[in-house]
Amino acid sequence: MYAAQAAADSEAARASRRGHHKVFIGMAAGVGKTYRMLQEGHAEEDAGRDVAIGYMEPHKRPETTALAEGLETIPRRRVTYRDTELEEMDLPGVLARAPELALIDELAHTNVAGLEHEKRYEDVRDVLAAGIDVFSTVNVQHLESLNDQVAELTGTRVRETIPDAVLGEADEVVLIDLTPEALIARLRAGKIYPGENIEAALNNFFTVENLLALREVALRQVAQEVEAKRLVVEEPLGTREERVEAPRAVGERVLALVRPQPSSQRLVRRAWRSAQRLGSDLDLLWVRPPGREPDGEEARHVSALRQLASVLGANFLVEENDDLVKGAAAVARERGTTYIMIGESLPRRGFARLREPLPQRLMEATPPGVDVRIVAHRGLKEPDRDER
Amino acid sequence: MSVERVLILVALVLGLAVGYLIARSRRHGRRSDRPEEIHRILLPFTGTAISRRAVDAALRLARAEGAVLMPAYLAEVPKQLPLECAIPAEAAKAMPMLEAIEQRAAAQDVAVDSRIERGRSYRHALKRLLEDEEFERVIVPAGGDQGGGLSGDDLVWLLEKAPAEVMILRPGPEDTRFVTANGNGGRGSR
Repeated sequence: MYAAQAAADSEAARASRRGHHKVFIGMAAGVGKTYRMLQEGHAEEDAGRDVAIGYMEPHKRPETTALAEGLETIPRRRVTYRDTELEEMDLPGVLARAPELALIDELAHTNVAGLEHEKRYEDVRDVLAAGIDVFSTVNVQHLESLNDQVAELTGTRVRETIPDAVLGEADEVVLIDLTPEALIARLRAGKIYPGENIEAALNNFFTVENLLALREVALRQVAQEVEAKRLVVEEPLGTREERVEAPRAVGERVLALVRPQPSSQRLVRRAWRSAQRLGSDLDLLWVRPPGREPDGEEARHVSALRQLASVLGANFLVEENDDLVKGAAAVARERGTTYIMIGESLPRRGFARLREPLPQRLMEATPPGVDVRIVAHRGLKEPDRDER
Repeated sequence: MSVERVLILVALVLGLAVGYLIARSRRHGRRSDRPEEIHRILLPFTGTAISRRAVDAALRLARAEGAVLMPAYLAEVPKQLPLECAIPAEAAKAMPMLEAIEQRAAAQDVAVDSRIERGRSYRHALKRLLEDEEFERVIVPAGGDQGGGLSGDDLVWLLEKAPAEVMILRPGPEDTRFVTANGNGGRGSR
């Protein structure tokens, strides 16, 4: 009786907390996400936990199917859609079975119409809400924010996406990494797709260039997730002012101070290249006097800078402030900037000589740890270049 | 207060007023020196190499006319992507090309105002450029993708649609010099 009571208490306690979500992410199909998920599932079961497969897609891969043996599989449910019988994860079945840990493949999958949710990640949220731990898998190109980038890099767009927040909410994100060469070797050996599909895959998606690009995207994504979690954990204590003063980002964030002039384009190009190398976001900031709308040539240059920002995926910000340094420092603080890039100024004349140079003033006004870098002017002719 | 002191004070005030007026008129003078309208020469190109002859011709003309050169990289956006999406892979090709052209322009003291224009095709990108920008001349290398040029059809279209003077430069058969991302554009090197 006591044992039954203890089990009931344990069930109740579990249901009152959210399950632990671990996501295995990879650059492409065949890197071994499902395989690794199953391996860890076995390890958990060996450690005495109650593990069940909620849904697994073996993709006709014998090694994966073999590894699933020995783990309980919750039966799929059959759904008829447009006269075709399809198999989906049985969400009510998983909730009723309520294992301690459920293994659920393909987080980005779209369910057949008429089920509880449109997407599988929504099913997973329900499972987690029931206090069941979940191991799941996803490929990096399914992340909403990366979908365009990956499509541009590889020429292939996936329709099934998940919001980035799903990954952000996950307790653990594990990157399953493989070199492109190793993945292609696995493909050639028939370990990913059946024989008749191998050539087509090699000629289309599975090229070394595509896989290199995807691998880089996947590595960056996981690095960002790690960084985001560190920031949450390491939020500084103290008053709001102290928190604002403290550096917010562990990773880099580049801020380029632009003016509506053609020379700013070179500065933007340099800043973008630096941001690319650092794997950081890029903000372009124009500090303009309050209430003065750009017109004529200035408006044309502002529009050109906006366009360039859009092409590069950078953020174009406009801050109204009479004081360039104060405006830039406020934005740097707000955005967690670690690098400020400015263009070269002309030699100062008159009373301007008495003021501290712009880089010095910026260093003093921005939070500690913000680097200021000056991008040399190419010596281009520019009729309306002013001194700062 | 003695008369001398008053005179010195008056002289000081007068000196300051005159200095202020001179400085102001200089500032105004500098502004009025600026041309009312800036002439622009558009140099659209595709790919990662552009005929050096086309670039040099555009620079010579820009220098002679005191015009701003507007090199514009035409980028094709795949149909499955939104037209206004970020195109980092194309941008990575465009950047060093624009840098190389700017380098040559700097050596010849020519002002440059670069662009990257997106379109579903090169012609579409060119069309958007014609709609958004103002210029008096277009210099375009012929010869298809080779040497950053446009196809014959696109050139015919440009001649019909461009609201400006169009110069098509067809490189001679021996002209294998290009401006490339490396900037030096060696003979035959693309």
